[in-house]
This record gives sequence, C-alpha cells and structure tokens, in this order.
Amino acid sequence: MSAYTPAEIMVTAAARQIKNGDVVFVGMRLPLLAFMLAKQTHAPRALGLFENGVLRDRPANAPIITMGDAPNQSDALKLCGLDEVMSLLSGGRVDLGFIGGAQMDQWGNVNTHQARRPGGGLVRLPGSGGGADIACLASRLLIIMNHERHRLVPQVDYITSPGWGPHPGWRQEQGLTRGGPAALITSLGVFNFPQGRAQLTSLHPGVSREQVAQATGWDLDCASTLEITPAPTANDLKIIRLFDPKRFWTS
Amino acid sequence: MGKARGKVKSLSQAVTDLVRPGDSVVLSAALEGFIPFAAAHEIIRQGIGPLTLVAPISNISIDQIIGAGLAERVIAAWVGNVSTGIGYNFRRAVEQGLPRPLEVLDHSNFSITLALEAGARGLPMAVGRSPLGSDIALQNPQFKALTCPHSGQKLLAIQAVNPDVALVHVQRADKEGNCQVWGAAGFTKQAAMASSRVLITCEEIVDSAVIRRDPDRTLVPGLLVDAVCEVPWGAHPAPVLGYYDLDNQYYLDYAAATRDPENARAWQREWVDGLSGREAYLEKLGSARRQGLLPRHSRPGAPLEYGW
Repeated sequence: MSAYTPAEIMVTAAARQIKNGDVVFVGMRLPLLAFMLAKQTHAPRALGLFENGVLRDRPANAPIITMGDAPNQSDALKLCGLDEVMSLLSGGRVDLGFIGGAQMDQWGNVNTHQARRPGGGLVRLPGSGGGADIACLASRLLIIMNHERHRLVPQVDYITSPGWGPHPGWRQEQGLTRGGPAALITSLGVFNFPQGRAQLTSLHPGVSREQVAQATGWDLDCASTLEITPAPTANDLKIIRLFDPKRFWTS
Repeated sequence: MGKARGKVKSLSQAVTDLVRPGDSVVLSAALEGFIPFAAAHEIIRQGIGPLTLVAPISNISIDQIIGAGLAERVIAAWVGNVSTGIGYNFRRAVEQGLPRPLEVLDHSNFSITLALEAGARGLPMAVGRSPLGSDIALQNPQFKALTCPHSGQKLLAIQAVNPDVALVHVQRADKEGNCQVWGAAGFTKQAAMASSRVLITCEEIVDSAVIRRDPDRTLVPGLLVDAVCEVPWGAHPAPVLGYYDLDNQYYLDYAAATRDPENARAWQREWVDGLSGREAYLEKLGSARRQGLLPRHSRPGAPLEYGW
C-alpha cells in the first residue's frame, strides 16, 4: 500500500495550480481540500469564493463537509448572497475555478446531468449546481475526476459545463468570451488542453502511459516529454488530513 | 400594500393556509444552510401536491418531497445529497416515473438566481451569459437565444420565475416577519421577493426592538411575509450559523435508507409521517445528538453604532 491515496495526489496536484494571490472559485470535496492546502503552503494570499456567498482568505476554522458549515463562515471577509459571488465570476474577477464531473470528453466538456446505461436507458445525475457557471465564466478552469474509461469518453452524453467544443473558436461562437479548461487532474495523471484538446502532460508516480491509454475513452495524446507528478510531501499529507480527519473525501 | 396582521402561527396552520395543490414552491434557497426541513416535512405530512419545486441545490429536501409523490415538476440547478451525491428518489422519479413522473427544468445556480431576481423586479426575463454552450440552455425552454441590441453580443434570455410560495428558514424574526439572517444566504432574498406568499420558520421570534437595533441585518422585510412560525432546529440536519452545525450523519443515513424504494418509504414513515410535528422529531433525534451540533467556539459579532 502506498503512503498516499489517489485522491490525495489529486488534491496536491490541484493545489499546485493555485498561484499565490489567485482569486479561486472553490468547489466542494477535493477542490476544497486543494484550496486549504494551497493556502497553508505556497499560496497564502489566495482568496476563496464559495457560491453560497462566502469570501474568505483563510482556511476554514475546522474541518467542513459543506461550504455552508460554520467553520467556513466564521472569520470570513464577506458573507453575502449567491448573486454577489456569481457577479464577481461573471465580471471577470475570478482567476481559477474548479469543477468535478461524472463524465468528461476530449475537449473538456463536462457532464453531470445524465449518462447512458450500458444496457440502454439513462442514468439521471444531480445536475449543474454552479458547475456550468464556473465553466462558462472563470478565467481558467480546472477539472478534477477519477480516471476511468466510462468517465473519460470521446463525447459526453450531455454538456453540463462547456469546455473547448469540437473545433477551435467554438467557445467564442457560443458567446463565451473567456475561460475554458486549462487542466484536467485525474487519479492517474495531469492533462493540459493545447488547441482545446486534452493532452497528457504528467503521470502520477508508478502509473504507466499504457495504463492511462487503457483507462481513457479517446485516442490518448501525450506531450513529447511526460513529467512525473510530484508525490504529496509529508507536510502536504498532514495538512490534507487535518482538513479531512475522517478521510471522508480522500480515502 | 403590506400583508395582513396576525402572522404568528403554528407551522401546520401556516402550511395549511399558504401551500395549495398545484403551487410552485421555492425552498432551500440558501444552498446548504438554512434548509426549511421542518416546513418541507409538514407539506409531506399534510400530503399537499402536486407541486412544482424551485431550488438551487436543494440538498435532500426536494428529494424527500419527490419521494412522497408530491412533486410533478422541478426547476433546479442540482438535486441530490451534498454529502454523498445521488438523490435516489429524484433518480427513480426521472428514470422510472416512480412514485410519479417528474418533469425537470434544469438550471445553473446563477441562472435560477437571475430568473428569480427578474421575477422579484416584475420583469419577464433576465439576461445572462451562463450557461451558454451547455445543453441546459438548449433543452430548457426557459432559455432563449438573445442578441444584445447595444453590443451585438450573444446572450441568454432567461424567463423570470415567480413562485407561489417561498419557504424560508432564518435565525430570527419579529411578529411582523421582519427576518434577520447572518451567514451566506444564497438567493434567499430573491426567492422571498419573487414569491406571492412567504412562509417564515425561525429559530426565535424576537421583539421588534431587536430587529431595529441592527436593521442592516434584515434580509426579508415583513411586508413580504404571510406567516411567522417559531421552529427551533427547523433546518436540521442543515446548519444554521450561531445555532447548530451540519448533521452530516443524517445525510449519510438518508442516502443509505433511500437507495431502495421500500426503505425510502420506511424512512418517510419513520422521520415524517409517523411523527406528529417538529417537537416529536426533536425528541426522536435526542438531546445528546443535538448537543453535539451546538457551536463550541463563540464568535460574537462586534456591536455597531446607528446613532444620530
């Protein structure tokens, strides 16, 4: 057994995408932990926005499950309504947004609405929440997903959160004036989106290119030099486990 | 014109008076916090339906009303269980039409907020950029393509939403329904302003003088409110800042209990139909469990000067 879980290396890889001073639209689960980790390590000046109406520049005062939990509200800089934080997003003041999803395609379109069952029929999933808004309006989009062949599909069954679309210029044609997926972090590696299509740039330690190709539903495109994702440090793991003491999200 | 006087009522009376079959009802407008579970359970207990339910993420409150067979339509951004993901009653209703077919009009959190805000302002539509490019905008007829007459930009015309009733849980209100909320409130304000009738449940009914000492804290003014019900713990298992925190175990237990339809009905009998009201619910929950949810670290706000 390795010293860290796939979820923990996803959190550390996601945290590295947060620059010091970034305004981050924080989602729940792994993105929340990534924000807490970045704040405690290399990005102490990062600012977090939460869609229920929280603006804070400190990690939560105690472990939380939802953004509405009291430790995420006490010592905040601002508590307000969803309209205000979404206006900051829509007005172009958010550097980085995180989303997760059930299904993503090679262009970074994310589906959290419905998926085809192998035997026919549709599986209904919860829906967008703020995911579509973040994908439409954040300056940079980061997607976090478990790496499985039925999740990374050639084309999603439903576009909940628009990515780059099937051809260059697609976002602009839709009326989306900024943003688009910058990186995908999975349980096996990290992808970037040169020319709007997912390209593997980094393998997590111990993962092979063939393993990734097998778990990916489209023809895998790899960068000319593949990096190895830095493993979480002992300090990273200490901080992650401080905010997820029961390993609710990272086991 | 303000609303009638004599607004303080029992929750069961308020639900009887304000919620009718065929109504559209907005609830859980603050996202994960302040969810009006006591009011939702009273609707289920009284069997009022079919309803159209309007919400951002709804965190199992809508799932429970769907499970009771009282919802025919949902206008929402997300329906499920924030702690575990899937809302199983919602899934069964959409996939199998059980216990009754459910129409879903999908939104994003921002677009449903804007739809209610337009409704609050008495306008027929809101203008938005998100969720352009998504199938939400293509499949929900409440979205139409719009070209800005000033700039020529591609935008969305989002149809206004005006619910019949808003169910809102707050920390405190006076007898006239002037409601004070501290903490992230999602689109609570827009939901109350857009709705024809507003039912308030609160942790405490306070003297009007308390409201007047900090009027900046008043999120929903009494002029919008039809009924005020004092319901301590009325949002459990959702958190209410300063009163109690999230009861995550409840959400985990709910997910396990509702995976199977027979067990989901048993859950409803155990936690809603089989209980006479919120007092019985709290008794069933037990004082030790409630004690464990109380704030342990005090953070009182600084007093303010409103003098002249």
